[in-house]
Amino acid sequence: MTATGEAAATDHSHRFHTIVTTVENKPGVLARVAGLFARRGFNIESLAVAPTADERFSRITFTVDVASSPLEQVVKQLDKLINVVEISELSPTESVERELMLVTVDAAAGRRHELLELVDDFRAYVLDADRSQMMLSLAARPARLDEFEERLRAFGIVQLQRTGRVALPSLDS
Amino acid sequence: MDMNGGQALVKALECEGVEVVFGLPGGAILPVYDPIIESPIRHILVRHEQGAGHMAEGYAHATGRPGVAMITSGPGATNGVTPLCDAYMDSIPLVCITGQVPYAAIGTDAFQECDTTGITMAVTKHNFLVTEAQDIPRIIHEAFHIATTGRPGPVLVDIPKDIVDPRNPRSAMTWYEPTDDIMELPGYRPATAGDPELIRAAAELICAAERPVLYAGGGILKARAAAELLALAELIDVPVVTTLMARGCFPDSHELCLGMPGMHGNYTAVTAMQSSDLLIALGARFDDRVTGRLDGFAPGAKVIHVDIDAAELGKVRAPDVAVRGDCKLVIAELVEALKACGGLEAQPDRRAWRSQISGWQERHPLVYEQSEPGELLKPQYVLEVLRDSTPDDTIVTSGVGQHQMWASQYWRFDHPYTWINSGGLGTMGFSVPAAIGAKVGMPDRMVWAVDGDGCFQMTAQELVTASMERIPIKVALFNNAYLGMVRQWQEMFYEERYSEVYLSYEIPDYVKWAEAMGCVALRVESPEEVAPAINKANEIDDRPVVLEFRSAAEENVYPMVPAGQSNSDIVVDPSQR
Repeated sequence: MTATGEAAATDHSHRFHTIVTTVENKPGVLARVAGLFARRGFNIESLAVAPTADERFSRITFTVDVASSPLEQVVKQLDKLINVVEISELSPTESVERELMLVTVDAAAGRRHELLELVDDFRAYVLDADRSQMMLSLAARPARLDEFEERLRAFGIVQLQRTGRVALPSLDS
Repeated sequence: MDMNGGQALVKALECEGVEVVFGLPGGAILPVYDPIIESPIRHILVRHEQGAGHMAEGYAHATGRPGVAMITSGPGATNGVTPLCDAYMDSIPLVCITGQVPYAAIGTDAFQECDTTGITMAVTKHNFLVTEAQDIPRIIHEAFHIATTGRPGPVLVDIPKDIVDPRNPRSAMTWYEPTDDIMELPGYRPATAGDPELIRAAAELICAAERPVLYAGGGILKARAAAELLALAELIDVPVVTTLMARGCFPDSHELCLGMPGMHGNYTAVTAMQSSDLLIALGARFDDRVTGRLDGFAPGAKVIHVDIDAAELGKVRAPDVAVRGDCKLVIAELVEALKACGGLEAQPDRRAWRSQISGWQERHPLVYEQSEPGELLKPQYVLEVLRDSTPDDTIVTSGVGQHQMWASQYWRFDHPYTWINSGGLGTMGFSVPAAIGAKVGMPDRMVWAVDGDGCFQMTAQELVTASMERIPIKVALFNNAYLGMVRQWQEMFYEERYSEVYLSYEIPDYVKWAEAMGCVALRVESPEEVAPAINKANEIDDRPVVLEFRSAAEENVYPMVPAGQSNSDIVVDPSQR
């Protein structure tokens, strides 16, 4: 992780807050959580949901673009939801964040070498390829994904899908 | 023991100690109504599902036990949304059982299907869709646990028809005792006692305050902490304001009681808060109707905020000391901490503050002008006579509007749980069904529903319920031919341009209407008729009574803090300007 990269991550998260909730793995729980944001007109920027190691619980990681004080209120109200077991806001300096991107790009024979160099640089993977296109994957910090996406534009992005970030507290925090 | 889901549901309600259910059957909930016949639970058949919800609320507030409503799917459930929201806003413990179409039919636009849990998600503390008959005892127990603990509130349990219908194999289940240890609520941890360090910090602030006010909210009643509040106020000799939701939690006749603050609060309560240097908010939520314009509210006051709900702390006003906890426990802890600090002797000399307060009380009492002969009645006068002609522990319910404010202002609430109204949601039509619920829960108490003509027309049909079920409530109906509070706002803030607020004195004929619903009814038009009519009503104990008081349409509620203005800009009665 470069120093520049770290600064970029901090800037990025200044506006965006990452909230991690452990919830009961039951129908309707995501709707309850999302409803608290929707009711206030807050947009959820990214969202990742999957069961934890204990399958009775799921972890929802979401990023919202909200000023701190209304966010604090929403977090308290999220905590009131009966199905929410734990909730915390992860600050970017005290957590490790990752996101996965799948992207299909134009890969004409003449530029294929250049593209593979970029894949190497970013430690991305080639998942699929045909005569004219390649499907790549990259799991990294969200800011790194932004950067990769930017660099791929020169080749021509055909389709792109990001998962939304997931995060865990860093070990020394 | 093998049984079907419908039997299990009724048995589970019995296990929770439910003595009465307010409801109305329909297709999807039919199988549950069959075992009701054999159950000792009393069922009150309402005439509209909204009535069932408000009755359950009135019952819950009057008794402290959770109210239970049972209604069918689709339109039954949607009619129940208003009382659920009302109970959510006012933290009333309610369990609402709704029928639902069979599990396999959910999502197919089946007859009388609606997404009940989706619709009620935002207006309940929690809701459940039960998918297996075997889960019924556990979920019913969880529903009552959630409704009654922590910050109380409404819980809805949606029951698909197939899991309660004995003809359907999916309704088969084996009974088990619904005990606390079978609950599966890993995310639910209601707060109890307060943090001792914060309590000490609160006690220190109190010992340093020269102009403190105890700001008592509805949470005092929910926590059943009236005795603790009295002990606290008397220990430190600090005046108390009681919000609309808290009327009765501290006796109005106590010398430390300043009465109701807020938009239509009395001058002294409002002004004492404005001038205070320490607000001790106990189970109160700094509602906009109490604070007025927020940046002008109690500008010199530090704030101690005690609430069981962490989301209330700092929601509106940043507290200097915030204590999350149950008011009953926290106030008791605070009393101990203050005693340890030296009790009353450790409190600063507050004679100047007290004399300032009594000055306000002398200059700005609640006032109205008695009507001249030939004029229509003044509602304030009627309420004073009603107050003085009924037992001290009479339960008063009210709808929403001018009559509600006058009732809160002019009644003398000396007992907790004698005032039941719709504070947060402001639900017109609340009064009559809430009174029925209160009377069912407290049959030995006199129950008066104070109502306006606009409100009455929204839920009056429940008087049929009251007549049929022999629930002898009494209704003081103030007929001023207007949606009075809206009329007042149009007079004051819309240049007297009256838009769609006129009802009528004559239509409907309230006496004939009430009589048609099985009530005794009287029309009262002059001051000398008021007391005799009330006395007559008080003697009737076998059916509901409706007294229609023909009231002056032009009467306004004062004092008033106009919406969006600071409490310092309180508008007093014209005679005091």
